[in-house]
Amino acid sequence: MTLVSLFFYLFSGIMIASAVMVVSSRNPVHSVLFLILAFVNAAGLFLLLGAEFLAMILVVVYVGAVAVLFLFVVMMLDVDFSELRQGFLQYLPLGALIAGIFFVELALVVGTWQLAPDALAMRKAAAAVPVEAMNARALGRVLYTEYVYFFQAAGLVLLVAMIGAIVLTLRERTGVKRQDVAAQNARTKAAAMTIVSVPPGQGVTNAGVKRADAAGQDFVGQGS
Amino acid sequence: MNPVVSPVPALGPALPEIVIALAALALVLIGALRGDGAKRLIDALALAALAVAALILLDQGPGRLATFNDAFVVDGFARAMKILTLIGSAAAIVLSTRFLVEEKFARFEYTILVLLATIGMMMMASSNELISLYLGVELQSLALYVVAAINRDNAKSSEAGLKYFVLGALSSGMLLYGMSLVYGFTGSVTFPTIAKAVSGAGGTGVMIGLVFIIAGLAFKMSVVPFHMWTPDVYEGAPTPVTAFFATAPKMAAVAMTTRLLIDGFLPVAKDWQPIIAFVAIASMGLGAFAAIGQQNLKRLMAYSSIANMGYALVGLAAGTVQGIEGVIIFMAVYLAMTIGVFAVILAMQANGTRLETIGDLSGAARNHPGLAFVMAVLMFSLIGIPPLAGFFGKFYVFAAAIEAKLFALAVIGMLASAVSAYYYLRIVKVMYFDAPAPAFGRAGPEIRGLMWASAAFVLLFAVVANPIRTMAAAAARSLF
Repeated sequence: MTLVSLFFYLFSGIMIASAVMVVSSRNPVHSVLFLILAFVNAAGLFLLLGAEFLAMILVVVYVGAVAVLFLFVVMMLDVDFSELRQGFLQYLPLGALIAGIFFVELALVVGTWQLAPDALAMRKAAAAVPVEAMNARALGRVLYTEYVYFFQAAGLVLLVAMIGAIVLTLRERTGVKRQDVAAQNARTKAAAMTIVSVPPGQGVTNAGVKRADAAGQDFVGQGS
Repeated sequence: MNPVVSPVPALGPALPEIVIALAALALVLIGALRGDGAKRLIDALALAALAVAALILLDQGPGRLATFNDAFVVDGFARAMKILTLIGSAAAIVLSTRFLVEEKFARFEYTILVLLATIGMMMMASSNELISLYLGVELQSLALYVVAAINRDNAKSSEAGLKYFVLGALSSGMLLYGMSLVYGFTGSVTFPTIAKAVSGAGGTGVMIGLVFIIAGLAFKMSVVPFHMWTPDVYEGAPTPVTAFFATAPKMAAVAMTTRLLIDGFLPVAKDWQPIIAFVAIASMGLGAFAAIGQQNLKRLMAYSSIANMGYALVGLAAGTVQGIEGVIIFMAVYLAMTIGVFAVILAMQANGTRLETIGDLSGAARNHPGLAFVMAVLMFSLIGIPPLAGFFGKFYVFAAAIEAKLFALAVIGMLASAVSAYYYLRIVKVMYFDAPAPAFGRAGPEIRGLMWASAAFVLLFAVVANPIRTMAAAAARSLF
């Protein structure tokens, strides 16, 4: 057993096991964590195939963005998963039937599988791997030259998505008191303070003091 | 490692798109720094950018230019359709300036989204292969979904946006599925190579792919049986947005459908002609009958646009140079008439409320003779009464259909046209013979200007019909 196949079985084994855990785990947060493990192992499999770029993208996009988003949703929405699971036994026969049908179909497909006689020869005669087999570099090379038009167009599509999201969801919240440093610094003693002589035992409210209402910058004490 | 130097692709052919894209980026910055208060400035600059793009297009001369490995072509046809698109977008911006302020959602992003959608539409008209076509469609659609819902505090506008988005995503899926099949069976995404691959025997796989692509495109053109979203979206979206939907995107959708079918699938024309003919007949029929019961003018215009797309497809179904020439003329006339009708609808407002029903036009001839006259001219033109522009539009497509021996199509089209005369004439009758409803407020000068410009174009089309026809013929020939 070579090192490559050893790693192949290692990655595949962990991946399948964690995929099983994703569906069977009782705690949804554990499910998402196992999903991340599955993604990382899939990235490992891509590495074995020589697709470094895909491997990195898988980690960056799926682990870095999608799975973390899942995690946020699961933790914030407080979905009651035990309630979702309630009909499990009730629908088990139907589910088992469908799974059985799929399994029979799969068996039929695999059972009648035939390789074209010259397939192996063609596999060997495949185009030689380019010398600089760094696929990130190779992709970058065509992305910015041959496919620059599509690349830029896709960029514009993303720009539209961004503007659209802002247009449809951003709301200026009214009634929020924001800190305005300039306004605070511009306050003078005269604008901010009133000196009153309070008759003993009456409290400021009865002494004719009006509360300053300049943008909530109110330092008049509420003493009594 | 050796640095690989690859030549910079020629940017000249795509200069109009680049100008608009740079303008959109600059306007985003201006808007972000100066806020919604800069809307007037942004509108003016956006119109200037559209005008510059149109001038560059006119300056490019009649030849065929291609760049980006032939993914982007500019020929006479693309130029004609792009100029129509630019006119539609400019009209959408002009019509919106006052409306958005009065309805209190004056957001500068509207103009920028219109600009970005325009880039997508121009890419659609120029795309010579499936990937750029899809990217153009997505750029356009995504911007349109957002502008449909731009009045986000209005339930109807949000509903229109959501409906459009969900159905649009579905149609994009169909389009992509069809493209994948066509790519799988022909081994190429560029139209000329696809044409070469299907010229021997199309094969079932390619045909299934083509049917899916046509379904996706039919959605973008809003023709039967993929029209269901149109009335709701047209009614729900703010009126200037509806005017935009009814004009510019239709030009681009018809342009890309024409280029795809003529450049990519002309060898199997026998296979797609019946599909296009069916879609055309169904659209003309549904547009004619379903509009009869409508009271809301925007809904009525939605059905009218479905019917009009059907007429345009009659020319495409012919699949000949005359047919495409007819399509170009028809689309130009349709653009002018639609802008005019929506300018009239926008002029209908009293005491700050927008009026949209036919009943509100009642007796308009008494209070607003000018507005009623313009509307009557446009209605007669939509029916296709000579010597108005609408007659020429329909005449050229039907003539092409008859020359291509598609008699049934032409006859059904004329019958549908006769049915639609009922609801167009009803508007004229309501305006001229019914008791006057309360008078409207005074419309802005830009709305009155567009109204009269459209009426003048419709009235005087007969004078300029010949030069326009020569230009359209040259543009149509560039496709074959």
